[in-house]
Amino acid sequence: MSAVTDAVPVAAPSSALGQSVHDSLVVAKRNLIRMSRIPEMVIFGLIQPIMFVVLFTYVFGGSMQIGGSTSATDYKNFLMAGIFAQTVTFATASSGAGIADDMHKGLIDRFRSLPMARGAVLTGRTLADLVQTALTLLVLAIVALLVGWRVGSDGGTNAGKVLGAFGLLLLLGYAFTWIGALIGLSVRTPEAATSGGLIWLFPVTFISNAFVDTGNMTPWLRHIAEWNPFSATVQACRVLFANPGQSPSDAWPMVHPVWASLIYSLLIILIFRTLAVRKYRSATA
Amino acid sequence: MPGAIYAEGLVKTFGDVKALDGVDLDVPEGTVLGLLGPNGAGKTTAVRCLTTLLRPDSGKLTVAGLDVLKQPNEVRRSIGLSGQFAAVDEYLTGRENLQMVGQLYQMKARAAKARADELLDQFNLADAADRTAKTYSGGMRRRLDLAAALVVSPPVMFMDEPTTGLDPRNRQMLWEVIKQLVSGGTTLLLTTQYLEEADHLAHDIAVVDHGKVIARGTSDQLKARTGGERVEVVVHERDHIEIASEVLRGFGKGDTTVEEHTRKLTVPVTGGAKLLAEVIRDLDTRGIEIDDIGLRRPTLDDVFLSLTGHLAEEKTEENGADTTPDTKDRKQKKEAAK
Repeated sequence: MSAVTDAVPVAAPSSALGQSVHDSLVVAKRNLIRMSRIPEMVIFGLIQPIMFVVLFTYVFGGSMQIGGSTSATDYKNFLMAGIFAQTVTFATASSGAGIADDMHKGLIDRFRSLPMARGAVLTGRTLADLVQTALTLLVLAIVALLVGWRVGSDGGTNAGKVLGAFGLLLLLGYAFTWIGALIGLSVRTPEAATSGGLIWLFPVTFISNAFVDTGNMTPWLRHIAEWNPFSATVQACRVLFANPGQSPSDAWPMVHPVWASLIYSLLIILIFRTLAVRKYRSATA
Repeated sequence: MPGAIYAEGLVKTFGDVKALDGVDLDVPEGTVLGLLGPNGAGKTTAVRCLTTLLRPDSGKLTVAGLDVLKQPNEVRRSIGLSGQFAAVDEYLTGRENLQMVGQLYQMKARAAKARADELLDQFNLADAADRTAKTYSGGMRRRLDLAAALVVSPPVMFMDEPTTGLDPRNRQMLWEVIKQLVSGGTTLLLTTQYLEEADHLAHDIAVVDHGKVIARGTSDQLKARTGGERVEVVVHERDHIEIASEVLRGFGKGDTTVEEHTRKLTVPVTGGAKLLAEVIRDLDTRGIEIDDIGLRRPTLDDVFLSLTGHLAEEKTEENGADTTPDTKDRKQKKEAAK
């Protein structure tokens, strides 16, 4: 029975940042192990965007007008940036549901009773979701290539730009998982977090340039769509992929989409990380 | 000098509900305090305040000499928490769960692994170490949960209803572990609804009801407060109840209560075993056949009843503060039943 009483010294952490990184990675690893043990979650997460690729390409493709062109190939090349961006935002729901589940099962209480870095439970979760998002994007890009999507269809691009576009997509997805974290901490059940994490994403991703040319919208709606943070990333990807874009627009985020995408994503992280960590500190199961 | 766990004037309200209404606790180092009370009494809220999970409205709290409100992180390094709301990750194996907790206590990966192996052995989980906790029985999960709380052998432990929902065999097993822990010098605060559990494990007991400590003392002291011993007799024939009642009146220090349908008579007495022998002789000489007779000391159930006017197990009015642990409780019971 000596094992119970043998004192194991608990060292004070050497630096706050070091501890924060260490703890976040420990929690991220835990969440990745979890995900690997529930592969059906990852698979379901893949089916939906693949379905969207196929449905939009073949059902809508023939009847869409993009920047004056009615070519189905143009629409296909226009569409993919939108679907990629929508897919990364859907990680919000899984991050929210995961955290709500941890609250529900009492794991958040366990973590909060440990001498660990305060933001680490949430950072670890969002990092694990980022890995999952990256995997989803990879599979989705392959499917997109299979149905005929091509980068550089509308001008020149290079590997750096294409990677940059995927970087912006991952950053957007990461930013949205912090919104999910806040939702997860605010609702009582994982089910509520899943639906609460998804519902608002439909207007956000549809009142945008993701699936249609905003040039065809009523002016006030077009205004909202073009200032929608989500649209900035979609537009940035189209520019970097050199895929056909929407009708020309004067809105600042549409003129400087890469900057707009970066600024929006970083702002979302800053705001929602602050709110979520504050909420975590007082979280009650 | 305040004890290893100390609370003074602890108050916590949730909306209109006063979950804790000025609770004082003092647990000397190396002892066990049993916080005893029904659902919704405020036990869980008290533990949550002491373990830094919940900020009280007012009150002075120290754990291991550290101010809970001012040095929460230092407190977290010296405590272990287990019970109805501390939990394990069901998709991780037992080993992975313990390693993760070790690493989050800032142990090096190798040390955390070694410690996990040690605990798995000690809690009889070595065979199940590499299975996910999902496959564990209720008792195994509870042991893993307790092991997780012991990863760094904290000097102060909090256990919130550690055996709620466990079957008797698993309860017994957990009691043994707790006793060994305490014999090693750990200070423990234990909440329970089971009077038997407090009687068994705790040096001191604080009875909590509606957010207040309504009585405290050792198990014996509390029992003495309720009144001393009683003699209980079950006569064989219904016709003998009246004569038996007369006999008991002669020995008793109070009114004899009679339960007609069970033919049971109870009378408060002083004098212990010697008196019991006299009662038996007297009944025998009068030719009253008895099915059962005994000297009954008050249980903590009696204590609770006399202090609060209701039994501990009875559902008291719903307390908003404790509804969530309640639901969990039911869930755990369900899981344990699997």
